[in-house]
Amino acid sequence: MGNSESTFWRVIDYFQNNIDWILELTVEHVVLVGSAIIVAILIGVPLGIYLTTNEQLASTVLNIAGVIMTIPSIALFGIMVPIFAVINQGIGFVPAFVALILYSQLPIIRNTYTAIHNVNPQIRDAAYGVGMNTWQRLFKVEIPNTIPVIMAGIRTAVVLNIGIGVIAAFIGAGGLGILISQGITRGYHEMIISGAIAISILGITADLFLRFLQRLLTPKGIS
Amino acid sequence: MIQYKSVTKIYGEDVTAVDQVSLDVNEGEIVVLLGPSGCGKTTLLRMVNGLESVTDGDILFNGESIKSLNEIELRRKIGYVIQSNGLFPNMNIEQNVTVVPTLLGWSKEDKKKRFEELMELVGLDAEDYRKRYPHELSGGQQQRIGVIRALAADPPAMLMDEPFGALDPIIRERVQDEFLAIQRELNKTILFVSHDIDEAIKMGDKIALMKDGQLMQFDTPSQILQNPANDFVAQFVGKDRMVKSLTIHRIEQLMERYELLDSSIEKGQIATVSKSSNLRDVLSYILESKQQAVHVVNENDEVIGQVDFALVNQYMIDLAEKDEPVVNP
Repeated sequence: MGNSESTFWRVIDYFQNNIDWILELTVEHVVLVGSAIIVAILIGVPLGIYLTTNEQLASTVLNIAGVIMTIPSIALFGIMVPIFAVINQGIGFVPAFVALILYSQLPIIRNTYTAIHNVNPQIRDAAYGVGMNTWQRLFKVEIPNTIPVIMAGIRTAVVLNIGIGVIAAFIGAGGLGILISQGITRGYHEMIISGAIAISILGITADLFLRFLQRLLTPKGIS
Repeated sequence: MIQYKSVTKIYGEDVTAVDQVSLDVNEGEIVVLLGPSGCGKTTLLRMVNGLESVTDGDILFNGESIKSLNEIELRRKIGYVIQSNGLFPNMNIEQNVTVVPTLLGWSKEDKKKRFEELMELVGLDAEDYRKRYPHELSGGQQQRIGVIRALAADPPAMLMDEPFGALDPIIRERVQDEFLAIQRELNKTILFVSHDIDEAIKMGDKIALMKDGQLMQFDTPSQILQNPANDFVAQFVGKDRMVKSLTIHRIEQLMERYELLDSSIEKGQIATVSKSSNLRDVLSYILESKQQAVHVVNENDEVIGQVDFALVNQYMIDLAEKDEPVVNP
């Protein structure tokens, strides 16, 4: 690498010369991770809520989600390829999209489940006692009072997926992982470092944005 | 208005929480379910609005079996107050108070008007509190809000599960007094769970004393204190039960009974008590004054008579002999 100072300037140079391409890859990355997270939320939050009504299923589902998380990401992406090859989607967006959804399930389901499960029993009791039906209890009391915990799960999933999304490049789904995978093949250090920095900035930005969103969604009375 | 017909509650296979309890709560009456923890009093209360199922027997609300009524609608017709923390932290005070009217679909104007009425009832400033959140209020204020939330849709009946249990003694006493004053105006039918005999005596028109799921005695406070049905009741109400029973009677009742009203007495060096004081406080004042008697004064601080220790003693003997239930003031 020579001296580190010149490496620093070479990375800056690389950024300047390739900014359009890096932004393009960033958009790809955001689309991939963002669409996976949206679907993951649509599956994970309702599932987490439902599981509070079924203790036995809850431990099963949480265990499965836990096992999925322990599969090394490169292996999970690898498994997706032959499975989706069956419908001619073995390479590209679809397998990466599905793998990212699977990875996000544990933090989202677990946080939602734990949050709703641990709603202060007296508050839940009061919700029953004033005559709320199941939906009213959920949307007027249980979800508003657990937004911070549910959102914490979503934030974890987003940051996790931005990192894991790098692997998507190896199965042809594009994104910022391209910088790293091509950089490795070509032994191009500035490219690898630029990719890593871009991913970090994206992760930090996404977390800040979600933090802001969380503050916006959290009812004033519980902040 | 609420009738328990040999109600039994069994948890799981063989844990009997409530065992064949029958009792009637009449309209406008406060019945206190009293007993040590685990005696089934809370279960008994929660069966009325379907928060606990009834294993055997039946509960009638306004003559109709609760099993035949829609649970959700029934709950909206019965006010429900629990120990503090029952307020919804995510809703401001106005939203909390008007939660049942909201569920019932009242208009915005009606809800606002009702909120203001209710806040006035408990002496809190509506404008000041409207947008505040439960965590910004003191325990006593939260409990007042809890009570008026239960009253919001003007339900005929209320269930109160140790509503003042989390308050410190001084605040508790004040909130109890306020609540009794409100109840004198509103005349709700109230079931009230407590583990505190003093609270039960103070709040209850009748007390249902429970032990291990069974009803030990169901009677007026004075009867429970003066004629406990069995050893358990006697033990639960305490060795000082006669002293406790003094709190049920006001000095003005004694004076009326013995026609002691005498406005010719000059206000002198002797200590004075208000005519609405209970006999226990009167005795305490007599002991404190180190004299034989105290002067009783009316609202305008004018002496209306004189009472001594022997008179109080005589009054209690007369009541016990006549065996007459004395109506709780």
